[in-house]
Amino acid sequence: MSFDPAITLFSCHYTSQQSCAEEGSELESLGFPQSINLVRVPCTGKLQVTTLLNAFEEGADGVYVVGCPEDGCHNVKGSARAAKRVEAVREALVELGVEAGRVEMYHLPRGLHPEFVEKGKEMDSRIRDLGPSPFNG
Amino acid sequence: MIVAERKPMAEIVEMVKDCKKVLVLACRGCVTVCSAGGEREADIIASLIRLGAKKEGKKIETITASLVRQCDREYIDEIDQWKGKYDAVVSTACGVGVNFISNLRKDTMVYPALNTTFFGGSAEQGEWTEQCAGCGDCVLHLTGGLCPVARCAKSLMNGPCGGSVDGRCEIHKDVECIWQSIHDRLASFDRSAQMEVIAPIRDWSTAGHGGPRKIVRDDLTV
Ligand code: SF4
Ligand code: SF4
Repeated sequence: MSFDPAITLFSCHYTSQQSCAEEGSELESLGFPQSINLVRVPCTGKLQVTTLLNAFEEGADGVYVVGCPEDGCHNVKGSARAAKRVEAVREALVELGVEAGRVEMYHLPRGLHPEFVEKGKEMDSRIRDLGPSPFNG
Repeated sequence: MIVAERKPMAEIVEMVKDCKKVLVLACRGCVTVCSAGGEREADIIASLIRLGAKKEGKKIETITASLVRQCDREYIDEIDQWKGKYDAVVSTACGVGVNFISNLRKDTMVYPALNTTFFGGSAEQGEWTEQCAGCGDCVLHLTGGLCPVARCAKSLMNGPCGGSVDGRCEIHKDVECIWQSIHDRLASFDRSAQMEVIAPIRDWSTAGHGGPRKIVRDDLTV
């Protein structure tokens, strides 16, 4: 049974610049999935574990974070911190019997580049395969 | 400080499965310092309780709050401000805090969110190690300030045992043989002779083997 997932993406200012171009229409024209609700943050290091959990509480079927490359974060260790928090959420999901794949961290180069769209498609297809979030039952 | 870690969430969610409202109560003492049960962790646990309930098709409301400590009567009294607003408390303090609330609030059900693990210190950021076992009859003056009760796998009073190899304990190569370190440290203070002194058989009654322990200070009671 297919369903339309709701996916929340937290992306840092630097890796999500595409979203600004032509008010987001460029991203759309590149095939960025409509299921993804992009939340821009100044730095992914600012994200707390509760920020990610709240997205699930608000109904997201999947949550992911896109930050700078680990060794090239604009704020030095921001994206490395985000990766640790994503990992903490992943472990908590498993403890609750929920698929670890519903949360993910990607480190991508800054600026306009195709991987940003590719990872969005990857997440969209993964969450479609997993189905609705067990929290939304 | 007392070092603890969060229990698996499934265990916590099972504890509160019949509750509709839960007070998740953080402690701003030891467990805040070891990042297991401070305000930030209590917020995470509250969110995971709500999600865990949702997954089972239920709804649990949470209030998150914190006390300065949960091991003192005067702070426990603050819980009364939430009276009637919760079915149970999930305490993120150490076991002392959970016991204290249970002792002092007969009509309040309290559940532990943490596994209380040891008395220790932060060896590095994000890493805590056991240092003392609270044995009630400290021997650190004889052992170069390094504890054989907590840090020797066998709590030997006359170590090292035959399993000590290259300063490592036989239980695991990652574990320091504390008796080797005691020896080295005493030697550095020119006190190796202390190693030759046989420690007598210990009376472990002070370590809890004589039942729950209690200290009464007459000078502090009025
Ligand atoms: S309740 Fe436990 S964790 Fe909190 S301050 Fe007291 S001893 Fe430390
Ligand atoms: S000898 Fe006893 S009191 Fe002293 S550090 Fe070791 S366990 Fe603690």
